[in-house]
Amino acid sequence: MTSVSGGRFAGLANYEAVLASGSFQKAAYNTFYFSSISVPLMLVLSLVLALLLHRQIYLRKWLRLMYVLPLVVPVASIIMIWQVVFDWNGLLNRVMNWFGVNRMDWMKSEAARYVVIMLYVWKNIGYNVILFLAGLQQIPKDYYETAQIEGAGRLRQFFGITLVYLTATTFFVVIMSIINSFKVFRETYLLAGDYPHDSIYMLQHYMNNMFVALDLQKLTAAACLMFLGIMVIVFGLFGLERRYRQFME
Amino acid sequence: MLHKSLFTVVMGAVGLLMLLPIVITFTNSLMSEFELNLNYGVIGKPTPVMSTDADTFVNLKWLPDQVTLAQYGQLLVYSAQYLLLFWNSVGLVVPIMVGQTVVAALAAYAFAKLNFRGRDTLFLVYVMTMLMPFQVTLVPNYIMVDQLGLLNRSGAVIYPGIFAAFGVFMLRQFMLHLPYAYIEAAKLDGAGHLTIFLRIIVPMVKSGLAALIILLFVDYWNMVEQPLIFMSDAFKQPLSVFLSRLSGQWDTVFAASMLYMAPMLLLFLYAETYFVEGVQLSGIKG
Repeated sequence: MTSVSGGRFAGLANYEAVLASGSFQKAAYNTFYFSSISVPLMLVLSLVLALLLHRQIYLRKWLRLMYVLPLVVPVASIIMIWQVVFDWNGLLNRVMNWFGVNRMDWMKSEAARYVVIMLYVWKNIGYNVILFLAGLQQIPKDYYETAQIEGAGRLRQFFGITLVYLTATTFFVVIMSIINSFKVFRETYLLAGDYPHDSIYMLQHYMNNMFVALDLQKLTAAACLMFLGIMVIVFGLFGLERRYRQFME
Repeated sequence: MLHKSLFTVVMGAVGLLMLLPIVITFTNSLMSEFELNLNYGVIGKPTPVMSTDADTFVNLKWLPDQVTLAQYGQLLVYSAQYLLLFWNSVGLVVPIMVGQTVVAALAAYAFAKLNFRGRDTLFLVYVMTMLMPFQVTLVPNYIMVDQLGLLNRSGAVIYPGIFAAFGVFMLRQFMLHLPYAYIEAAKLDGAGHLTIFLRIIVPMVKSGLAALIILLFVDYWNMVEQPLIFMSDAFKQPLSVFLSRLSGQWDTVFAASMLYMAPMLLLFLYAETYFVEGVQLSGIKG
């Protein structure tokens, strides 16, 4: 690489600038807040759904299909329906109007945060249900039969067999949920643009705006910080998994 | 079985609720532009807070007053672009799907069942690459694609797709639980790694493979950022990029969404059959 004229080693100056910037702090907080609420919520909901779908149930194949279908809905169609529901003149305000409540601008209020969480759960739950179902399919049925003969109750079977043999899958689902929680940016961005309401301004918005502003110093510094954050989470999760594997062996 | 029926009804009701956006997309795809404008024309219009007039609100119609295929005709007959972009999507997604599944299955076997130095560290690096949001790796990726001379060519999207860590990670998780005893037994009988992989491992992770294929297809059929940045030529871009720009064009967006969803729906129905009922680890299968 040829060096740019006047380029010099900046030390940690870029990091100082990024960390001191109000919009970076806001974005980091929002990203963390969003993931820490939506990922556990998603994990519990999708495990429950997968377990229910794995049981004896009529029309299982069709029910399974219903829950994973939101995955295939393209962004364009989501945005159209989103507008129909949450617009200033939208359906939700119409319903509120019936009850005599004044309309509000959903995407320009704190409520936006929860609208995005809802969208995330709705869209991605099928992803996790597929993973959990595949994991459940792999647990040999004889384990349950043996447990039954030995007198283990339903709850004992769930904690002693199902959860234990789903650990590897669960680990995977957690990581995928984190990744997918970053991907909601696509919908939020196409709907609310570069500068959405404060409550849904994510790290990706920040980096995107730095990219557009050609502020590569801040972009790369922010990217490295996010990388570090993710690395901490991954190391933590892997530590847990390794301990579990030793326990299994 | 009252219990079983009750369960089915409750699950079905929740499922229908989740399907609503798709149902709305479908019924709206049969509406004329005139009717859509009539119902949704008020979106984005400034209206005073206190106004309670019903006319100022969106009117969500479940069924069109007049069923018309005009939207589909507009897309398929009057604009050649749509079909071209459809095949662009296929041309990107199929190689990635096939390539990543093959590469990932082999790599996952090594990571899950073989012992070699630095295995876990290497795997950690794999996972890390997967976790980075697109924006984090944007600058280095762009420089690499440019230096490799892949800019504006389908390879810029296909190669990173084939060698992405997702499949490796996923299949490894599915292979971790397979008992070593089968592999040991096969080795005693003189089987090499390829035989073990093809005859023992693959049949046992079938449901995992089916899940992987579904998820890969959905992921790459929906990708927007990569082709948008790496392939600036509008005629080479996939359908997903085109669709992400369609919002606001009421005249075709719903029909375009329906056609866009069709291949994924077919794949779901097809792959469903591979979600076979619980594995019988009896060891004397076949």
